[in-house]
Amino acid sequence: MTRPTALVLLDGPVSDATEVRSSVLELVTIARSLGRVDVVTLEAPSLEVLAVLGAHGVEGVHQAQLPSSLPADARHLTSVVAAVLVAAVRRTDADVLLAPSGFSAKEAAAVAAARLGAGLVTDAAAVSWDAEPGGALRATKRVFAGSWDVTSTVATDPAVVTVRANAVVAETAATPTHPEVEALPIDVEAPAVTVVAREPKPRTTGRPTLEEAAVVVAGGRGTNGDFGPVEDLADALGAAVGATRDAVFEGWFDRYVGQTGVTVAPRVYIGAGISGAPHHRGGMQASQVVVAVNNDPEAPIFEISDFAVVGDLADVLPQAAEAIRAHRARGAQQ
Amino acid sequence: MRIVVLLKYVPDIASDRRFAEGRVVRDPAEGSLNELDENAVEAALRLVEALPDAEREASEVVAVTVAPETADITLRKAYQMGVHRGVRVTDDALAGSDYFGTAAALAAAVRRLEAEAPVDLVVTGMAALDGLGSVVPALVAEALGRPQLTLAKSVALEGRTLTVTRESDDAVETLAAPLPAVLSVTDAANSPRYPNFKLIMAARTKAVETWTAADLGLDPAAVGAAGARSVVVDSAPRPPRGETELVVDKGEGGKALADFLIRNDLV
Ligand SMILES: Cc1cc2nc3c(=O)[nH]c(=O)nc-3n(C[C@H](O)[C@H](O)[C@H](O)COP(=O)(O)OP(=O)(O)OC[C@H]3O[C@@H](n4cnc5c(N)ncnc54)[C@H](O)[C@@H]3O)c2cc1C
Ligand SMILES: Nc1ncnc2c1ncn2[C@@H]1O[C@H](COP(=O)(O)O)[C@@H](O)[C@H]1O
Repeated sequence: MTRPTALVLLDGPVSDATEVRSSVLELVTIARSLGRVDVVTLEAPSLEVLAVLGAHGVEGVHQAQLPSSLPADARHLTSVVAAVLVAAVRRTDADVLLAPSGFSAKEAAAVAAARLGAGLVTDAAAVSWDAEPGGALRATKRVFAGSWDVTSTVATDPAVVTVRANAVVAETAATPTHPEVEALPIDVEAPAVTVVAREPKPRTTGRPTLEEAAVVVAGGRGTNGDFGPVEDLADALGAAVGATRDAVFEGWFDRYVGQTGVTVAPRVYIGAGISGAPHHRGGMQASQVVVAVNNDPEAPIFEISDFAVVGDLADVLPQAAEAIRAHRARGAQQ
Repeated sequence: MRIVVLLKYVPDIASDRRFAEGRVVRDPAEGSLNELDENAVEAALRLVEALPDAEREASEVVAVTVAPETADITLRKAYQMGVHRGVRVTDDALAGSDYFGTAAALAAAVRRLEAEAPVDLVVTGMAALDGLGSVVPALVAEALGRPQLTLAKSVALEGRTLTVTRESDDAVETLAAPLPAVLSVTDAANSPRYPNFKLIMAARTKAVETWTAADLGLDPAAVGAAGARSVVVDSAPRPPRGETELVVDKGEGGKALADFLIRNDLV
């Protein structure tokens, strides 16, 4: 049979002109294992972005041309992104559509799947062909707070899958490509939803984003409002910072990990001053290694930790940060 | 004003959640109202309570669940909070539905209510805690051809215009749409009320309406296991984590933590 095509959504804005989000490169890496890779984007890719996509083996880049009557902010609305995905799938005759697992991308992917009559798996951690390329697609995900693995097959062509960050390690292609940008005209009706205001969130410079980071350090009520030690350890490790919902509702930090917050599955998750309530665990239990610091030896988070320190985070975290910095400095000297 | 609230019946997150034969086990002893849907009920009730007297008296909040027979606890809970009417859609033909089958059944239930009198708003929770999909609200909006305002942190209704604020993955937004619309609310939108004694007593005897797939004019081949576009082929519990290495801090806890990371090549 002919080589299948996998289409990847270049989610939202790239962080700057020269960078492609790591989660997107992970999607491209998975897509390459499935067949020819095309990407669809709503923004004009820079030369640097094209070079990165080429290094990762992307063969086609389709840039949506939205009607000029559409207000600029409306391009982020689910109905508009869904229309772009549908047009791109039809143009490329894609057999698989892969999108990230953020709330917005999931909604757009779902609506696109509805319009395409396609099956959908959300938050997948692994994707492959079931038997033969172009046949049924197989997607595995982790559910029930990381306690079960569930594999589904999708028999529709195309199949739509959203993939969680850190599902694979992004790799460049053995044979680089030189993709060119093709315009993809989009015909959308004026959306019924009006964007009254839209304020992009500042991307914390110097720190990876919570969704994508390979290491996450999170703080809870036990910080008592001082996130200094949490941020200090995160910076020593090059990690992202997260929190519990309680800490966010207190106004101590802006983003939290958990079932109603961000779901993370990094290589290492470090929770400090966090009890490990089911709602929080639901968003981090799929992490590869879990480390906890808590002054209560009975803290439930210890039950799911690989390594735990019973102690005051205000003492433990700065000492750990110091030791890691010293280790790194030694490594740099060698 | 007529509002339909969509409520899901899910295994309690503190229970031993599991799969059997490719489906989530829905043991009645562990079934509960998806906690996040309490925020949806609260949002619907508050919108009605904010109306002028005459309009408020003429309003109706209807809770709908697509669930097995054992799910009445969800509607009972909604009655306790002050919902007027509860409908359970139950049919063997709906078992094994995927996101699209579920959305089709929910949309058909809204249309059936619409045949009685206009439905101004559909309100849902932000996610079902069993699958954490967060896609059914958008799919119901799509099926009904109505605008969607999802993941609202705050909700305001002025005349026939609904305005929400929301935090998307990379922006803070204010969106507006005319009614009729579909709204999903996050757990930050409100604090669900505790039922009062009077409502608890009244909820005991309140009837639950039950509808079948045929009542909704659903094609049995398009919903349930027959219409599902994806099928679970394998499910297994993950092996438990190994032993926890526990260190009690006596002044060296931070160093021990750093050492653990370094020794496991995690730095
Ligand atoms: C519908 C719903 C959805 C929710 N969704 C989420 C979610 O997505 N994410 C989330 O995080 N929560 C969520 N929650 C809240 C969740 O149930 C818990 O309340 C919350 O996670 C607890 O936060 P915490 O661990 O910071 O606080 P606590 O539970 O108060 O724990 C604080 C911990 O800090 C320890 N401690 C105190 N001082 C120190 C110190 N000096 N050094 C070290 N340790 C110390 C204590 O021993 C304790 O274990 C949700 C709740 C509901 C109802
Ligand atoms: N079977 C169902 N019956 C009623 N409402 C549902 C059902 N499934 C999902 N919903 C609604 O859709 C929301 C999001 O669900 P989900 O997309 O499955 O995470 C839930 O919070 C409910 O309000």
